[in-house]
Amino acid sequence: MRIGVYVCHCGGNISEVVDINKVVEAAKLEGDVVLVKDNSHLCSNDGQTLMLNDIKEYKLDKVVVSACSPQFQGLTFMRVMETAGLNPYVLEMANIREQCSWAHYNFPKEATDKAIDLTKIAISKVRLDTPLDSKKMPIGKRVLVVGAGIAGIQASLDLGDAGFKVYLVEKEPSIGGHMAQLSKTFPTEDCSACILSPKMSDVPANKNIELMTYSQVESITGYLGNYEVTVNKRPTYVDPVKCTACGDCVPVCPIDVPDEYNEGLSLRKAIYITSDIAVPHSYVLDTDHCLGLFPLACSKCRDACEADAINYDLYPEKVKFTVDTIIIATGFDIFDAKKKPMFGFGKFENVYNALEMERIIGCEAEGKKLAEVGKKIALIQCVGSRDEQINREYCSRVCCMYATKLAQLMKRSDPKKDISIFYTDMRTYGKGFEEYYKRAQKSGVKYIRGRVAEIEENPDTKKLKLKVEDTLSRSFIESEFDTVVLSVGLEPNKGTETIRDILRISKSSDGFLQEAHPKFRPVDTLIEGVFLAGTVQGPKDIPDAVAQASAAAARAIRLMNQGEYEAEPITAWVDEDICAGCGICVGICPYDAITSEEQSDGTRLAVVNEILCKGCGSCSGACPTGASQQKWFDITQLRAMLEAAL
Amino acid sequence: MGKPKVAFYWCASCGGCEEAVVDLAEDILTVVDAVDIVFWPVAMDFKKKDVQAMDDGAIAVSFINGAVRTDEQVEMVELLRKKSGLVVAFGACAHIGGIPGLANFSNSKEILNTLYRDLDTVDNKEGVIPQTRTKVKSGEVTLPRFHNTVKTLDQVIDVDYYLPGCAPPPDLIMGAINAILKGELPPKGSVLAPEKSLCDSCRLNKTKPEKLTMKEIKRPHEIKIDPDLCFLAQGLICLGPATRSGCGERCINANMPCRGCFGPVGNVVDHGAKILSSIASILGMENEEAVTEEEVDILLDGIVDPGGLFYMYSLPSSLLKRKKSD
Repeated sequence: MRIGVYVCHCGGNISEVVDINKVVEAAKLEGDVVLVKDNSHLCSNDGQTLMLNDIKEYKLDKVVVSACSPQFQGLTFMRVMETAGLNPYVLEMANIREQCSWAHYNFPKEATDKAIDLTKIAISKVRLDTPLDSKKMPIGKRVLVVGAGIAGIQASLDLGDAGFKVYLVEKEPSIGGHMAQLSKTFPTEDCSACILSPKMSDVPANKNIELMTYSQVESITGYLGNYEVTVNKRPTYVDPVKCTACGDCVPVCPIDVPDEYNEGLSLRKAIYITSDIAVPHSYVLDTDHCLGLFPLACSKCRDACEADAINYDLYPEKVKFTVDTIIIATGFDIFDAKKKPMFGFGKFENVYNALEMERIIGCEAEGKKLAEVGKKIALIQCVGSRDEQINREYCSRVCCMYATKLAQLMKRSDPKKDISIFYTDMRTYGKGFEEYYKRAQKSGVKYIRGRVAEIEENPDTKKLKLKVEDTLSRSFIESEFDTVVLSVGLEPNKGTETIRDILRISKSSDGFLQEAHPKFRPVDTLIEGVFLAGTVQGPKDIPDAVAQASAAAARAIRLMNQGEYEAEPITAWVDEDICAGCGICVGICPYDAITSEEQSDGTRLAVVNEILCKGCGSCSGACPTGASQQKWFDITQLRAMLEAAL
Repeated sequence: MGKPKVAFYWCASCGGCEEAVVDLAEDILTVVDAVDIVFWPVAMDFKKKDVQAMDDGAIAVSFINGAVRTDEQVEMVELLRKKSGLVVAFGACAHIGGIPGLANFSNSKEILNTLYRDLDTVDNKEGVIPQTRTKVKSGEVTLPRFHNTVKTLDQVIDVDYYLPGCAPPPDLIMGAINAILKGELPPKGSVLAPEKSLCDSCRLNKTKPEKLTMKEIKRPHEIKIDPDLCFLAQGLICLGPATRSGCGERCINANMPCRGCFGPVGNVVDHGAKILSSIASILGMENEEAVTEEEVDILLDGIVDPGGLFYMYSLPSSLLKRKKSD
C-alpha cells in the first residue's frame, strides 16, 4: 500500500492557526505513508495537477487530503482520483479547516493537535477503504410538481417547455396560490393578478403539463427514476368542458360560506369559482358545505344549469402514475395572529392581518372597502416573526416590504391617510427595496421603531389604542388608530407536513423543509431526485421563489436529461452468513429500503434495496449482530479510526 | 499410540458446566471410550502435581469452565495451558465472563465486606476478613488472593476454541468433542456454535410485526406472557437478536426472553452495547419526533438495572469490562 497525504493551507484559512509542518511531520511517521506534501491551495488547478502527477510518479494507490470539509471540496478531489485512474472511494479527507482552524481559532496548539489526530484517523480509514463502484440506473423524463403556487407553476412551465412530462398537483380548485390573492407586488407595484394570470393560463395550454387541481398526493413510494405516486382527486361535480362559467348555479345555492380567496371578508356559495382568474376556469361544488349529495338534499344548482354540466354521481378518484423526479412547492401559511392575543386579532373589529388588507385593497368590489378603514392606520411588523416567545426566531423576509407596499397603496388611494409602521428593524435587502422604502418615507408614511406592547379597543368607537415605546426617540407612545394591520409572518403549512411525512424529508428548526446544503445545494433535498421550490424551503418573495423554481427545474433536468444516473455507492449491505432475520432494521429504515424476506428453509433475511438506501447508517447501528454494515464505514474501519483517535 | 488425554477444570463457576458433561448421559461412555480423562477435580482424584509431572503439550485438550478471579485459578489455567495442545473455554463464564462477571460492577473490598461483615446473617464480631496469609498455632495457612476484577479465560491465557452457553448444551459438547477427535476443527478462535443469532432459529421470529417497535418496556413478571408471540413485540427485552444461537431456545421455550448466555455473534465486540443500540433504535419509535424528554425518561425507567440486564453474561468481555477502579 502506498498512501499519499496532502495537507492544505487553504490560503491561510488553515495555516494561520494550524502548524502545517507539525501535521506533515506527524503524517510521515504513519505506516504505509510514502509521500506527504503541503500546498497553499490544493483545490486550485495547480494543486490538483500536483496531486495528479504525484499519484502517477509515486505510484500512490490511496490518498488522504487534510483540508476543508468533504462536503465542500470532496467532489473536486474525487474527480482528481478518477482522472489519475484511482477509484474515488480510496480517498479520505480530514477536515482540518471547519473542525480545526475555524472552530479553535484562539487555540493554535490544540487545533494543531486535533489536525494531527484527524489526519491520523483519515490514514487509518483509508488503509481499509476498498474501491466502490457506482451503479448506472436508467431514468426517464417525468416529474411530479406538488403545489401550483407561483413556484410550482414556474417549475412546471420550465420543465414542460424543456420537453419533460409534468404532473402538477394542486389541492385547491384553482392554481395560483397566495400570489393570486395579492393586490400588487413590491417594489414595482405590478398588479399581482395581471402578471400571474398569463402564467396560470400557460399551464393548461402546455401540452406537457398534466394539471390535477382539487387533488392531493396520497402516497409516494420508490426512488429516483421510479417514484410511484398516488393522487387523490376530488370530484368538482362540474364538468369543466361543459361549464360555460355563466354563474347561474350560484344565486340559487342556499349555502353561504366565508370566501377563502377573500380571506373570509366576503361570502361565497357552496358552488363557486374561486376567483375571476381561476384556472381551470370552472365552477366547483364544495361538498364540505353543500347540503348533501348522498342522499341528495337540494339539487338547485343542477336544475339551474342550462349547460347540463353538473353531475352529482361522482366519487373521489385515485390516480396512479410513475415519475422520475419530484419538486415540492407546497408553499406557506400565514401566521395565525390569534396566537398573539395582545393584538386582539379576531376579537377587535378593526384589526386585520396583512393578507386581509391585500384583499381589501385588491378587491374593491366585494366585502370591506378601502374607504371604510378610516384615516389613521397602523401596521405592526414582526407578528409571528423574530419572536422567541412563540418559538419563531426567524425573519419572514417579506413583511417589511409588503407593509411598505400596503402603506403606499393606501396612501395613494387617499393621500390624507395617516399611516404608521411600527417595526423592529427595516430589512430592505433586495433589488430596489431600499429605494422603495425611501419613496414611502417621502410620501409621508411614518416609520416608528418599536414593538407594540398591547392594543386596546374603545368599546364605543371601536378605535384602537396602541401602546408602544419608540426605541429611537426613547419616548412612550399611546395613540389611537382607526385600523391596525398585523404584518404576519410566513410559516410552513399542513400540506408541507403531509408531503414531508410521505417523503421523509428533513426539516430545519424553523419547520420549513431542509435543503441538502445551504450554499451549494439550495434546492436539493437529501433524497435523490426530490427538489424544493419556493417558500416550502423558507420565507421568500416572489422573485426568489421564481428563481428557486427555475433552479429546481434545472436540477431535475440535470438528473433526467442523460437517460441514466449514477447511484450513490455508499449503501448498507447485509452479511447473509450472520443476519438472523430479526427484522429490527426493517422498521427503523427511514427510506423503507430494507425488507425481511423469507428463505426457502423458512428462516428470514434482511435484504437492502441499494437504490432506495441512502447510506444513513441507521440499520448498521441498530443491527444486533453486526450483519448490517455500511460500505465505506464498516465496523473494522470505525474501530481502526477509534483506535487512531485514542 | 494411546488415547488422547483430556482434562476438565473449573474456575469461578457454579458447577453447572460440570453437570453439563454429566448430562451427556450415555454419550459420556463414547467419550470415555475415545479418550483418557487425566484431570477432573470435581469427579476424579488427580492432583495438581500429577499435571505438573506431565510433559508440556501432553494433554490433547483441556476444557476449562468458569471465569478467572483468584491467584489459584490463574496458576492452574497457566499450568493447563502449558500442558495442553488445545484449550477450550467451556461455558459462558470462561467464554465471556458469565454471571460471576457481574461482580465487576463492584470490587473485591466491597464484596468481602458485604459477605463477611454487612449481611444480616453474618456473625463476625471482630469483623475478620479472609487474608492471604494467617498465622495459626501450627504455622502459617494461606488462601489464594481474591482479585478485584473477574476475567474471561482468554484474558488470562491463550484460548483455542470456545463452547458457549450457561451451560453448553450436550449436542454442542458432543459436536466439539467429535470435531476434536476427527481433527475437523474450524480456524483457531472460533466459537463452536452456529454463526447466526437466536432469531434465526427461534420459532417466534415469524410472529414479529413487519415494523418492530417497542412502545414501552415490560418485565417478565409484570405481564402474562403470550408464549406464541415474539417477546420484543410484547415489550419484553429479549437479547435473542444479538445472541448466538445453538442453545435450542431453552429459555424461549420456557416462556422467558433470552438473557444472552451464548454471547455475541460475528465480530461484535460488545454484546451489551450492541443489543442496547438495537433496543434504543426501536424503543418509542412510533411518533418519535413528538416524544418529549420526560417521556423518554419514563420509557427508559422501564429498564430496571440496565447494566445487569444487557451485560448479564458479558461484562468482563465487554468494552466496559468493569466499574471504574478507585
